[in-house]
Amino acid sequence: MNSAQATPSSDRAQAGPMFESKTSDQAPSLDGTERMEVSMGPHHPSTHGVFRMDVELEGETVVKLKPVFGYLHRNHEKIAEGTSYLGSMPYTDRLDYFNSMTNNWAYALSVEKLAGIEVPERAEYIRVITAELSRLQNHVCLIGFLVQDMGALGTPLMYAFRERERILDLFESLTGARMMCNYMRFGGCRCDVTPAWLRQAHQVTEAFPRFLDEFEALLSENEVLLSRSQGVGALGQDLAIAAGVTGPMLRATGVNYDLRKADAYGIYNRFNFRVPLGSHGDVFDRYMIRILEMRESIAILRQAIRDIPDGDYVHPKAKLRGFKPPMGEAYGRIEAPKGELGFYLISDGSPKPYRFKVRPPSFINLTILEDMCLGQTVADAVIILGSVDIVLGEVDR
Amino acid sequence: MDTEFINGSFDIQKLAEELEVAVASSVLSIARNQSPSSQHSLVLNPEHAIRAAQWLRDQSPERWDFLSNVTAVDWPAEAVAQRQKEMAKLSQDDAYSSPEGGYLEAVYHLYSITRGLGPLVLRLQTQDRNQQTTLPSLTPVWRSAEFQEREAFDLYGIRFEGHPDLRRIMMWDGFEGHPMRKDYVEPDDYEYEPTPHDEVLKRSQDRMNQGDQPKVTS
Repeated sequence: MNSAQATPSSDRAQAGPMFESKTSDQAPSLDGTERMEVSMGPHHPSTHGVFRMDVELEGETVVKLKPVFGYLHRNHEKIAEGTSYLGSMPYTDRLDYFNSMTNNWAYALSVEKLAGIEVPERAEYIRVITAELSRLQNHVCLIGFLVQDMGALGTPLMYAFRERERILDLFESLTGARMMCNYMRFGGCRCDVTPAWLRQAHQVTEAFPRFLDEFEALLSENEVLLSRSQGVGALGQDLAIAAGVTGPMLRATGVNYDLRKADAYGIYNRFNFRVPLGSHGDVFDRYMIRILEMRESIAILRQAIRDIPDGDYVHPKAKLRGFKPPMGEAYGRIEAPKGELGFYLISDGSPKPYRFKVRPPSFINLTILEDMCLGQTVADAVIILGSVDIVLGEVDR
Repeated sequence: MDTEFINGSFDIQKLAEELEVAVASSVLSIARNQSPSSQHSLVLNPEHAIRAAQWLRDQSPERWDFLSNVTAVDWPAEAVAQRQKEMAKLSQDDAYSSPEGGYLEAVYHLYSITRGLGPLVLRLQTQDRNQQTTLPSLTPVWRSAEFQEREAFDLYGIRFEGHPDLRRIMMWDGFEGHPMRKDYVEPDDYEYEPTPHDEVLKRSQDRMNQGDQPKVTS
């Protein structure tokens, strides 16, 4: 640092601060600018909720980034310790409020492990159908939000929401609620699907690939999308595994780890589907993985709607009231659209859980947000955050 | 990486013996899980936990490379006694070798992506609940513990030694106490701040209570 470069900043110091931002103690950088600390959020449209990034900038380049959250914290786990096992089921809807079906499933799966409850075959099929529909609408919306962050205002997001609405209509006619479905029960589901509902689900599934082709024609080779996303926010395989990154984020780096294959929970081993993998781990790969995953979800949906057998939608001996699992503990996890969603439960033999812990995928995927953003511009940090796919209801719990 | 596998089970007894050979006196006990999930856990000696974790990640035959879940559990003395009583009723030993007088416990769920195994449950226990609440941080071994250990510190008060950035994560910085503890008492009003109005109110109440007027309680 020579004196010629230090002069402008000392002049500025004498003149007083030019604007209300905190500058850090570090020496001025090579081009004579001072580092600037910017607090992005909690009320910033690009943060997808009440989320804050404390960013330190050198010019436009991110040199430090600390995520700050907890604004939506309501101590979901403490609430769950004070209510019955079933009483927590509606609360799980509010974790990742885009995907209440998969949240319900993860929780139901953990309780079933804890108490050794069997699930009838028809219920497993219903779970797969609702979870894959849920994945479709999550991914399509995420892509809408992501390109919105890149500046494609409105159009793709509106298309995505139009398709999402068809799926939410299905959920509404099945459960009575569009988003807070509260649908799964320990040992099955709350109500049965009707043949008419299955026909409607079939129609939605069959119509979806056409929309997806159109959506891809609009986006996948779009020059703005390519230049804003390729090589941005790249993440390596080793760091991704060490940092517990899961879901499309992990598979975009090329690690073949999909719990639908690895754990084969439910009846996923009966379906013929592939796991899309990326190779660069950048934002574009994350975008593409989600597009391809939607196509695989459609394949699963077709098989599930075709093969669904008759039978019980809930285990006849499953208890709704006065349910007491034996002493012990269980950790169950599923491949939620955002990554690995797990529930860790400890039972002391009473009707309330002794310990109830959620393993939220988007919370843990944020661990390496700083690593991905370092050296990128602040405008790219927005896109990188968008590609992580966070929901603050789940991050803050 | 080949992944057409089903997550398999593994022999925890054998793993504990191998770990004991590799890192002496690192395993305190195997905690048997009575529930149908039968996910048993290794209770590790906190003094050797980091070396044990490194061995599990790099040298163990299973290669536990993926730390999925980190959490904490509060075991006050009453809960421990209750658990022992329930276990005696089932004529089984208490699954945990637990310190007397309550303790805090950090729980880690490990999986192996390379070998398709899991979950392996690790437990670390503190000496007591109030003074000796320090445990070694496993963040240097598995990065995914970073935010989750911060959360355990925030909500339970376990101090993770060697954690790069141990701050509150969910609660605000000025918050006192650890809300997930079993004996945590909620304040009546989280947003209460003393205002001049309180003094005025108290003075007027005192004045009224001195006279012959009917007593006023707050």
